[in-house]
Amino acid sequence: MSSPETSPYKDSEASPHGETRATEWPLWEIFIRGQHGLSHRHVGSLHAPDAEMAIKNARDVYTRRNEGVSIWAVEASDIAASSPEEKGALYEPANDKVYRHPTFFDIPDEVGAM
Amino acid sequence: MYAQMIKSTGQGVKSLDEMEPDERAFQERINAGGKIEPKDWMPEGYRKNLIRQIGQHAHSEIVGQLPEGNWITRAPTLERKAILLAKVQDEAGHGLYLYCAAETLGVTRDDLTRDLLSGKMKYSSIFNYPTLTWADMGAVGWLVDGAAIMNQVPLQRTSYGPYARAMVRICKEESFHQRQGFDIMMKMANGTEAQRKMAQDALNRFWGPALMMFGPSDADSVHSAQSMAWKIKMNSNDELRQKFVDQTAPQAEYLGLTIPDKTCKLNAETGHYDFAQPDWDEFFDVLRGNGPCNTERLEARNKAWDDGRWVREGLLAHAAKKRSAKLAAE
Ligand SMILES: [Fe+2]
Ligand SMILES: [Fe+2]
Ligand SMILES: [Fe+2]
Repeated sequence: MSSPETSPYKDSEASPHGETRATEWPLWEIFIRGQHGLSHRHVGSLHAPDAEMAIKNARDVYTRRNEGVSIWAVEASDIAASSPEEKGALYEPANDKVYRHPTFFDIPDEVGAM
Repeated sequence: MYAQMIKSTGQGVKSLDEMEPDERAFQERINAGGKIEPKDWMPEGYRKNLIRQIGQHAHSEIVGQLPEGNWITRAPTLERKAILLAKVQDEAGHGLYLYCAAETLGVTRDDLTRDLLSGKMKYSSIFNYPTLTWADMGAVGWLVDGAAIMNQVPLQRTSYGPYARAMVRICKEESFHQRQGFDIMMKMANGTEAQRKMAQDALNRFWGPALMMFGPSDADSVHSAQSMAWKIKMNSNDELRQKFVDQTAPQAEYLGLTIPDKTCKLNAETGHYDFAQPDWDEFFDVLRGNGPCNTERLEARNKAWDDGRWVREGLLAHAAKKRSAKLAAE
């Protein structure tokens, strides 16, 4: 994934990240689905002027060795991401529902596999 | 290596006790083998160091296309030409994976490019040497990619997630690079007398520069100690260089070629090859911009950037036009 909200690279004329310059192609995040039925997986990012070119570039950059049969390109600025500071609160509801895991229940051995 | 002489804060490594809570949690996570991801808290020095290191690595992949690109049109057969083309295209890909990793640290692609083109950021010294004959394509794949692999394999375990993932992709592709180079060397070394001489001459010219790729000894460097504590450097320069010599010397012997170093032989006591240090004055001179091809390489990159400008701007204008046409139709 890309784009932390951080200060630009100190020693250069960088614009704050996420704000592309008028002359810089936007950043696209690339997702690829391989041959074996798994879901699309994030593989990296690239720059392209539009979605069509993003997919063409993704073919050259990320599938030179048959890594995929389907490509998704999403403009990086369109991705909403959870923030690491919320980690605790965000996942708390999952932590206190241990009964969602099958191991919560003791099934006697005589019952057999379940 | 592809990133040479990276300087850190220079203040030496802090102990866990000397750190503020944020930094301590960060360091403990690294010590435990955890990964740092783009949005996580990180010390400013870690971020800056990584931008320099990954940026320099990316620039090396990109500039590294030039010495090999030099022979694409003159490859001896159509097959060799197709293989070399695919190899050079991979290097472009490596540069792109790495720029994309660097961008997650809050630097833009154009900033990195601009700093390369102005000469402010460096690339590996090895790419400032010329490729004079077809045998050099063999020597580059065998020795230069071989040396790069030594450093890149451990970096797959580096602490910064996006960097580690880029390295995994790169390492998958590198062994093709080294093997195609060795294959060229085998052909040349077993060919006519003239071809064998060419192969020997290529080894003679690339041996020292390949050893220099690992950088001077950093046994006492505070910068390296910090980078190692942060796990953005996994081995010392000397350690990797020794590994490289140990791996390469027997391969040279197999080819029937002679390493241009009379002291290079297996030491029965240590189990490692002894070898002479390369010419470090030459190394520093190349870093200062005085290698045989520094000017030519930077000129080629600047020309590519300038000549490509109308394409970058034209495609952007076309995309904007298409977008507004689509909006109007809705
Ligand atoms: Fe590479
Ligand atoms: Fe390379
Ligand atoms: Fe390579």
